[in-house]
Amino acid sequence: MESYSTVIQSSTKGLNLNLKELWRYRDLVFLFVKRSFITHYKQTILGPAWAIIQPLLTTVVFTFIFGNIAGLGAQGVPSFVFYFSGNMIWGYFSSCLTGTANTFLNNRGILGKVYFPRMVMPVSGILTNLITFFIQFLFFLAFLVLYSVTGQNVHPNLYALMLPLLILQAALLGMGVGVIISALTTKYRDLAMLTSFGVSIWMYASPIAYDMEAMGAFGTGGKYHALYMLNPVTSIVNILRYGFLGIGRIEWSYYAVSWIVTLVVLFIGIIMFNRVEKTFMDTI
Amino acid sequence: MENAIKVEHVSKEYRLGAIGGGTLKGDLQSWWAKVRHREDPNLRIDQAAGAHRKNERFLALNDVSFSAKPGEAIGIIGHNGAGKSTLLKLISRVTAPSAGTISYNGRIASMLEVGTGFHPEMTGRENIYMNGAILGMTKAEISRKFDEIVEFAEMRQFIDTPVKRYSSGMYVKLAFAVAAHLDSEIMIMDEVLAVGDAKFQQKCLGKMGDAANSQGRTVLYVSHNMSTIRELCSRCIVLSHGQKVFDGGVEDAIAIYLGLAEQFKPVRQFDSQKRKGYFGDYLRIDEVEFLDTQDGKILNELAFRVKFHCGKDVENVCARAEIMAPENYTIGTAPSGVLIEHLKAGGQYSCVLRLQVPDLMPGKFNVTLLFYSENEFKNTTTLDRVENAVIFEVSEAKIVRWVTRDRGYIKLPDLEISDFRKDGV
Repeated sequence: MESYSTVIQSSTKGLNLNLKELWRYRDLVFLFVKRSFITHYKQTILGPAWAIIQPLLTTVVFTFIFGNIAGLGAQGVPSFVFYFSGNMIWGYFSSCLTGTANTFLNNRGILGKVYFPRMVMPVSGILTNLITFFIQFLFFLAFLVLYSVTGQNVHPNLYALMLPLLILQAALLGMGVGVIISALTTKYRDLAMLTSFGVSIWMYASPIAYDMEAMGAFGTGGKYHALYMLNPVTSIVNILRYGFLGIGRIEWSYYAVSWIVTLVVLFIGIIMFNRVEKTFMDTI
Repeated sequence: MENAIKVEHVSKEYRLGAIGGGTLKGDLQSWWAKVRHREDPNLRIDQAAGAHRKNERFLALNDVSFSAKPGEAIGIIGHNGAGKSTLLKLISRVTAPSAGTISYNGRIASMLEVGTGFHPEMTGRENIYMNGAILGMTKAEISRKFDEIVEFAEMRQFIDTPVKRYSSGMYVKLAFAVAAHLDSEIMIMDEVLAVGDAKFQQKCLGKMGDAANSQGRTVLYVSHNMSTIRELCSRCIVLSHGQKVFDGGVEDAIAIYLGLAEQFKPVRQFDSQKRKGYFGDYLRIDEVEFLDTQDGKILNELAFRVKFHCGKDVENVCARAEIMAPENYTIGTAPSGVLIEHLKAGGQYSCVLRLQVPDLMPGKFNVTLLFYSENEFKNTTTLDRVENAVIFEVSEAKIVRWVTRDRGYIKLPDLEISDFRKDGV
C-alpha cells in the first residue's frame, strides 16, 4: 500500500482546526502582520499616531454627548479615561470581528491562487489589531499615571493583571463571530452589509458609551440585568474598568457566562469555517 | 518506483449562473418549504415538474485520473476551458474536488500566478520573504536561499526598491525565482513563463528541467506554447471538456491537441468559413481538392484543385502556398508569378496548383493558401487566405530515426564528399 503525506478529498468530517499546520506557517503570519502594519501607515505623515487619533476622537464625542449632555458617564472617575478604556477594548474587539468577517472577501485574490492554512489570514489580522491596541494602551496608561499623580479619583488595582485574559477573550469572541459571518458571506453577501450596522448596535448594547449602572434596569439588581450580562463584551469592559479605574465590581458568575458564550460562538464558528474553507473560493 | 502524486477519479462540479438562491431570504424560503414538504417557491416550473437540475451544473473536471513519478515533467495541454487550471487548482489545494482523491508526498510549489502576495509598496527583499512564506517556506529557509534567488532573478541592484517601481518583466523574474527555489517535491506552473524575455524563459525552462531531471522533482506544466512543452516535458496529458483524452508521448499529445488527428478529407469547403482578416470580396476560395493522394499522403507531387469566384474584376492574380508544421510554424513558402492576368466579376473559376515538396520529417503538415494581386509597382494586395487548405501526412522518414524536431523539418540535399585525402599519419 502506498502512503502519502497529504491526501485531498472532497470533504472533511467533524472538527479540524489544524493548529499544527498553522504553527508551521507562523512565519507567514508574522510577515502578514508586518506587511499590513507597514503598508497601513506608509505615506502617512502621522504614521502609527493614527492608531490613537481614532479612539481619541470617539472619546471626545462620547465624553461630550453621553457624559456631559446625557449624564450617562460614570460617577466620580474622570470621563476621559472612562470612555477611552471602553473605546480601546471595543475598538480591538470590533476590528477583530470585522477584519475576520471580511478576510476572505478582501483576500480572495491571493487565496484563489495559492494554498496556505486559511486561518493564517484572520489570525494575522488579530495580531495586527493587537499592535494597534498596544499603542492605544500605552497612551491610556500615560493618562492613568497622570491622573494618579495629580490625585484624581482613579484606583488601578491588581485585577488590572487580568488584561491579557480580557484581550484573549475579546480576540476569540471577535474571531468567532467574524468567522461565522465570513462563512456565511461567502454565499450571502447580505450579511456583509449588515456587519457594520450590527457592530454599532452591539456597541450600544455594551457599556461603552455609558456606565452600566446609569442605565437603571440594566444595572446591577435591575430587571434586565441578567439579560444584559449575556452579552460577553459587558463583562470584559466591566472588569477592565474595575482593574484600571477601580469602578464597578466584578460579577464572577456572569464572567463565567461570558466565557461560555464566547467558547460556544467560537465552536460554532470553527465548525462553519471547516465546512466552507475548502471550497469557498468557488462561491466567493 | 513510488508515485510522487496520484490523482484518482477526480471531478469538480460548478454551478452555473448565480451561486446559491442569490439571497438569504430565497434560501430560507426554499429551506422552509422543504421542512414543510411543500413545493419550493424558488424553483422554476420545469424543475418543479421533476426535471433534473442537472443543466445548471457544469463539470469542469470529469473523472480524471493519473499519477506521476518523481523526476517526471508532465505537460498538461488542452483548449481554453478544458479544465487545466481547475486541475492545477485542485492539486494546489486552492479549492477541493467534488469527488475523488488527490494524494501526494512532500510539498507543492504552485505558481498559478506570478507574484502572489506581492505588495507594491514593499521592497523586493520584503516581497521575497512574503512570497516565499506564502509558498510555504520558513523565514530561515528563505534567508538561506536569498542570495541564490536574487542571483537567479538578476536584480541585485533593485532589491531594496519597492516593487511598484519595477517593470513587469522584473516583477515576473523575481516571482519566478522565489518559486523555483522552494525545496518542493512537486512544482506546478501555469503559463507563467509567457511574460519574461526569451533569455529568461530559457533560463526558467532550464531550471525546471534541472528540477525534474537531476533533482528528481515532479513538474506539472500547463502551457499553450508547444515548443516549451516539447522542450521541458517527457510526458503529456491532453484534457478536453474536463476529461482526460490522452496520456502519453509529447508529440502524439501535441498532434491531438492541435486537432490534426482528424479523419482525412480530400475535399475541403471554404465558401462559408470565416476568414482571419478582411480581404474584400474580390476573390473568394470556395473549395480545395487534394489531388494525387492516397489517404492524405502525397504520391508524386503536391497537387490541388482550387475553386473560387470573383466579386469584382481583378488583375494579375498570384498565389502563395505556405507549408506549416503541426504547431502552425511556417517551414516554407512556395510563391508563384502572375498566374492569371484578368478575372471578371461574377465568374466561377477553378485551377490546379502543383508543387514539388521536399522531403519532410514524418508528421502532419498543412498548407495555407493565399491569393493576392500585384500592381504595376509590384505591390501586393491579399485577395483571400485560407488555412488548412490541404492537410497532408508524411509517414516515412528519409533520414533514419527522424522522430524528433531536433533535426528540423526539411531534408536538405545530401552532403557530398570530395577531395578526400590523408593529410598526416
